[in-house]
Amino acid sequence: MNLVIASGKGGTGKTTVATSLAVTLARHGQTVAYVDCDVETPNGHLFLKPMVTRERPVEKLVPRVNQETCLLCGLCAAVCRFNAIACLPDQTLVYEELCHGCGGCTRVCPVGAITEAPHPVGVVKVGAAGAIQFVSGTLNVGESTSPPVIRATRQAAPAADWTILDAPPGTACPMMEAVRGSDYVVLVTEPTPFGLHDLRLALEVVKTFDLPCGVVVNRAQPGATEARDLCRQARVRILAEIPDAVAIAKEYSRGQLVVETVPGLREIFDQLCLRLLEEVPKEKCPHEMRQRLEAAIRASSQSPATGPPAAGDPFSTPRLAAPRQREEPTRAASAS
Amino acid sequence: MKLAISTRGQDVNAPVDLHFGRTRFFRIVDFETGAETLLNNARAANAPQGAGIQTAQTLARLGVQAVLTGGVGPNAWRILQAARIQVFSVRGGSVGQALQSFREGLLRPLTEKQVTYF
Ligand code: SF4
Ligand code: SF4
Repeated sequence: MNLVIASGKGGTGKTTVATSLAVTLARHGQTVAYVDCDVETPNGHLFLKPMVTRERPVEKLVPRVNQETCLLCGLCAAVCRFNAIACLPDQTLVYEELCHGCGGCTRVCPVGAITEAPHPVGVVKVGAAGAIQFVSGTLNVGESTSPPVIRATRQAAPAADWTILDAPPGTACPMMEAVRGSDYVVLVTEPTPFGLHDLRLALEVVKTFDLPCGVVVNRAQPGATEARDLCRQARVRILAEIPDAVAIAKEYSRGQLVVETVPGLREIFDQLCLRLLEEVPKEKCPHEMRQRLEAAIRASSQSPATGPPAAGDPFSTPRLAAPRQREEPTRAASAS
Repeated sequence: MKLAISTRGQDVNAPVDLHFGRTRFFRIVDFETGAETLLNNARAANAPQGAGIQTAQTLARLGVQAVLTGGVGPNAWRILQAARIQVFSVRGGSVGQALQSFREGLLRPLTEKQVTYF
């Protein structure tokens, strides 16, 4: 089951959802591969704290010009859409970082002055975080093309019941590269005007891939309905709402897995797993795996003693609401 | 010697464009013939990447030896260096004013250290 966790913009909590979901599934006995494809700013490792066992460079083929035979005709520069090769009056220069390795310049050179040589663009790390198999791709600084690194990262992912792919934010090529070929897309959003605007764009992109998808609303405000209205119009399901709570932000900033440390979140992620089971394509999710997960979640909800204290509705949980209550007396004091 | 000035407009009173790669025009002054021509840089300016590289290449192939602009990035700098084109930085003003300062020798060529890294 290939799940992509994406979001129309950065900072919505995509990685929080992806890592917490990975941990939740693993806790319930599923095999999980967490694949960080946010290659420009990978940060899943901050929360999963994996042991990396293998590192492999990713390379692209870039042109190398033989200045002796080059005629300085400028054809290579004229054909390059990326301005990665420049022909000057006395030499031809290559900008490896900007090159997309398309081979266009090599083909047009009339005298065969261009050969292709590998150039490193990034690195793929493979390891493990407890029971979770961990893969992460990183784009080298200054490199302009992340899709080859994203592709290599996906290819390095080992087989698992659930492959959780943390996609690059936004709706441009890198995000599409991550979404392509997956089975189900989880879009993480926050209910701000910008967040919803970007959610709308992301929904459009997912539609072009003809993939089923659902939405997780992060920092949800009680009573706010815009996200729900938008999802109803787009006919996509809201899979989970994660409350806007100081405790979550605090644990996040300390690099903690919120699902393990913030009360109430375990139940939210268990529910998310159950909703996903209803939503994901049946043929990609074997009956046996489905049953195993359902049984494990049911069993754990009956014995809450194994985790942090169970808390019913997180919106009304006193421990989550406490920081807000504390604010009020201060405000009252300063007003008087 | 040919001098290129990045500018947003078509006449000498137009302001100097401080963005080298993304400038709309260059006013090219040939000090030997006295001829002044206008170069349309729209193609490079609208390029999704490498605008500075394409711009610098165009100037190099035209035989320009000096540029008046706000500043240049590292990619364009590498080409300008290779083509032995000097860059003179101006802070603003019109094309005419920049040209006057250049003639009076008030401008200093940019050095490696002043290249803006993004
Ligand atoms: S390989 Fe393609 S992108 Fe790279 S320099 Fe040649 S034409 Fe440009
Ligand atoms: S196409 Fe070949 S010969 Fe022409 S400038 Fe490029 S490298 Fe030189």
